[in-house]
Amino acid sequence: MAKTLYDKLFDSHVVHEENGTALIYIDRHLVHEVTSPQAFEGLRLAGRKPWRISSIVATADHNTPTNGWDKGLAGIADPVARLQIETLTSNINEFGAKAYFPFMNKNQGIVHVVGPEQGATLPGMTVVCGDSHTSTHGAFGALAHGIGTSEVEHVMATQCLVQKKSKTMQVLVNGVLGKGVTAKDVALAIIGKTGTAGGNGYAIEFAGSAIRGLSMEGRMTLCNMAIEAGARAGLVAVDEKTIEYVKGRPFSPTADQWDAAVAYWQTLHTDSGADFDTVVTLNAEDIQPQVTWGTSPEMVVSVDGRVPSLDLAKNEVQRADWERAYAYMGLTPNTPINEINIDKVFIGSCTNSRIEDLRAAAAVAKGKHIAPNVKLALVVPGSGLVKAQAEQEGLDKIFIAAGFEWREPGCSMCLAMNADRLESGERCASTSNRNFEGRQGQGGRTHLVSPEMAAAAAITGHFVDVRGL
Amino acid sequence: MDKFIQLKGLVAPLDRANVDTDAIIPKQFLKSIKRSGFGPNAFDEWRYLDHGEPGMDNSKRKINPDFVLNQARYLGARVLLTRENFGCGSSREHAPWALEDFGFKVIIASSYADIFFNNCFKNGMLPIVLSAEIVDNLFNQVFAAEGYKLDVDLSAQTVTTPSGEVFKFEVDAFRKHCLLNGLDDIGLTMQHQDKIKTFEAKHQQAQPWLFN
Ligand code: SF4
Repeated sequence: MAKTLYDKLFDSHVVHEENGTALIYIDRHLVHEVTSPQAFEGLRLAGRKPWRISSIVATADHNTPTNGWDKGLAGIADPVARLQIETLTSNINEFGAKAYFPFMNKNQGIVHVVGPEQGATLPGMTVVCGDSHTSTHGAFGALAHGIGTSEVEHVMATQCLVQKKSKTMQVLVNGVLGKGVTAKDVALAIIGKTGTAGGNGYAIEFAGSAIRGLSMEGRMTLCNMAIEAGARAGLVAVDEKTIEYVKGRPFSPTADQWDAAVAYWQTLHTDSGADFDTVVTLNAEDIQPQVTWGTSPEMVVSVDGRVPSLDLAKNEVQRADWERAYAYMGLTPNTPINEINIDKVFIGSCTNSRIEDLRAAAAVAKGKHIAPNVKLALVVPGSGLVKAQAEQEGLDKIFIAAGFEWREPGCSMCLAMNADRLESGERCASTSNRNFEGRQGQGGRTHLVSPEMAAAAAITGHFVDVRGL
Repeated sequence: MDKFIQLKGLVAPLDRANVDTDAIIPKQFLKSIKRSGFGPNAFDEWRYLDHGEPGMDNSKRKINPDFVLNQARYLGARVLLTRENFGCGSSREHAPWALEDFGFKVIIASSYADIFFNNCFKNGMLPIVLSAEIVDNLFNQVFAAEGYKLDVDLSAQTVTTPSGEVFKFEVDAFRKHCLLNGLDDIGLTMQHQDKIKTFEAKHQQAQPWLFN
């Protein structure tokens, strides 16, 4: 029978099934400092050990500072954050891991950037992490999704996850993306269409010629945002680009295992004739650079658009949502997007902090300078390796000359758990994934954009169509 | 895990759609390495007028009198009534921990984000899905009557209003079984240890590179 990619991945990991609830085997468990301490504590209290240590890859990312590394751990001013980072180290020391990239290690970084770049994420795997953006790894044709801390403990103890099969949604994007239109814009355009709850209960497979045309970085950006459409997992079928990316990474298979692996990976696509529960279609040519205006990723318009007026709301609940969003964001309906001035810029996060993102932003910033009204423009590479690569290419110099700050890797102002944050009322052009109230700091106002668009906003001091710069 | 069988509790109305887990428990409280004590900081940014940080004495902070959960009539609520897509965003299990620590055992909404929904069951909480019309109707009833309580019966899968109106809800059979009996997932899964081992051996043979 013709199967979807999701079905293939799910079915090949079922250990046991009863009344529609399955135990699925987990190949890779990514661990970070915020959602693991209570899970390790649970193991300790129950006298349990991890089932398979070689499945665990850990790093510290959420709380780690992006400057002051010369002071080491002592440079983490917040004692609560420092304790959490130290707790991860002591837990890994006690329980073990295949690999651990602690704070300041040269391979440290955002867990969803580190996994793929180490080859710790491979096609055909089941990947979990106590973090919702685990959907990122689906770009490799892996079944990857975020889990809660109880599940982190469950996977550690049993190597399995209790799962019900999701429904399947295909998001088809055909055509060719215009110049200056990126995977981030595709992701935001999709969410604008489906809404943030549109994918609840689904695993989304992104397909079509525009998706095939994306680089692996772009596919990761897209799958990363699947969770913002409500889907726990995003997927892209394996192709030559996937295999090329994986090749030669530290944990990738080598020698004769490589050929066997590739032969298997090449089967990881949806069979022709397989049915999806829902299909959503977009035309690549219709997608313009996107800017969110509100407090949910679905509150998004094209850069040439305006903050929508209430008469466009589809029901009472949405009207109330929008009214609250106008007030929180300090915006009035019908304001043209390109007249919105910004205070800060953040280029980073597991959505857009890979080398390709930094190259794209640097290309816009090159030879220019941030506008006088921009108080801070941060560039935070996704990992130590991305940072090193960018420096080798001289991107750091371009950013610094343009007035940006060049920082150490981590989650940083994506969620503002460390010192990088917005002050109340500040408006930010951000390449991250969530514009919720308070996400980047209490009272802070976030507008989600692509790296190119963030750099363009930094240069002009307001949102602007990067294609016209 | 605590059992959940039946509960008659005061209802608090949180009249918003898309309430995200960042709002339920702001990120600064995620630095804790403990599993408990999040209740005083549930909805921190809406509940207090100042900026909250871990370690603050919450009893000394200025509360926001306009926030619904601060209103005297809803003190001691056990049932949270809210709107669609509740619990979206971050996977943090600190969100159900905070809600439970605050006193909620039951949530009623027309839909939930998947990870949050799942996390509730792992913590002995019951997230109930009722249609948007019924939820709307319940909001009206709660606003109209002080001391409004709902009777939630998991075995019968019903929510009963003070006037005796009964709404049926769906719940996954496995989750219901676990909640009714207070069963811990890990213990249940361990009963299938042999199957896991057999699967693992076969899996390793087929894809040895996964086990390097
Ligand atoms: S970069 Fe942001 S979204 Fe990604 S893992 Fe870190 S905090 Fe989460």
